[in-house]
Amino acid sequence: MSELEQLRQEAEQLRHQIRDARKACSDSTLSQMTAGLDSVGRIQMRTRRTLRGHLAKIYAMHWGTDSRLLVSASQDGKLIIWDSYTTNKVMRRSSVVFSFILRYLSCCRFLDDGQIITSSGDTTCALWDIETGQQTTSFTGHTGDVMSLTVCPDSKAFVSGACDALAKLWDIRDGMCRQSFTGHVSDINAVCFFPNGNAFTTGSDDATCRLFDLRADQELMLYSHDNIICGITSVAFSKSGRLLLAGYDDFNCNVWDTLKGERAGINTCISFTLKSISALFQK
Amino acid sequence: MARDMSDAEIMKMELEQLQKEVKNTREPVSKSAKEICEWVETQSAEDPLIKGVPEDKNPFKDKGGCIIT
Repeated sequence: MSELEQLRQEAEQLRHQIRDARKACSDSTLSQMTAGLDSVGRIQMRTRRTLRGHLAKIYAMHWGTDSRLLVSASQDGKLIIWDSYTTNKVMRRSSVVFSFILRYLSCCRFLDDGQIITSSGDTTCALWDIETGQQTTSFTGHTGDVMSLTVCPDSKAFVSGACDALAKLWDIRDGMCRQSFTGHVSDINAVCFFPNGNAFTTGSDDATCRLFDLRADQELMLYSHDNIICGITSVAFSKSGRLLLAGYDDFNCNVWDTLKGERAGINTCISFTLKSISALFQK
Repeated sequence: MARDMSDAEIMKMELEQLQKEVKNTREPVSKSAKEICEWVETQSAEDPLIKGVPEDKNPFKDKGGCIIT
């Protein structure tokens, strides 16, 4: 038997063991436990503002902590900061160039005022010191492009989603991967922590979103429908976590009842694919 | 990074990670799912997307329009 084959068999055996251990903890399902819970009812949302100004695809946006300003980033090379109440542009900047990464940067999040975490198409994530511009920690382990990351509310860990169909939980301090979550069968494009920090959601090219629990180390819920066949590009929770907002490649934003797994609403964007969702009222 | 590694090196990396993860302790789903439900319940009252936003407090509500006569 070749060395490669031997390694493969050992790995398969460990995967089986992990699968069995997860099954042993699977004494119930989230669906069963919420069977008697009242549905959240139809969630209808209305477009309140349209912010025009970018000249090309907008790939990312994020709300400021004041829940009024937001920043958007576009393929046109610009960052624009908007006042969402008035739709005025507060600031326009050419994207600041941080040429640290050899492959494309897929996601970037502030850990605190002095550090950012990035994910990259080179399969790694990295922690950076903004002042020195140096990489403090490298997070290696994914075997596919890392598409998205979400920082835990306690700032001690983060979760990454990648094209190897895995979501990984990383310890920021020591750079180690603590847990790897299986379930998706295609690229994971988006991840978002549940507000209490004990779970997170993922959105994938396999047309499903999933809820993973850190302590049970497994998937708790699948959000899918036979009518939905396109990939998810962005995910976010409402403030209580009861609603899961997901942006799809077919121009829709579906609102899911996180606890019951049912769809609670659909919002259609007429002319664009949702690339980024950042739910207001997170603070 | 995985791009520069040989198949054998990638396999070894994955194997080492699995050897670590197989030792993780796991809690029953019933316990963690219950905590998620309880969390949501305590926070739902403050979730604007669930309870709605009163008209007068909604900064995005359309203001009255102008009528030109």
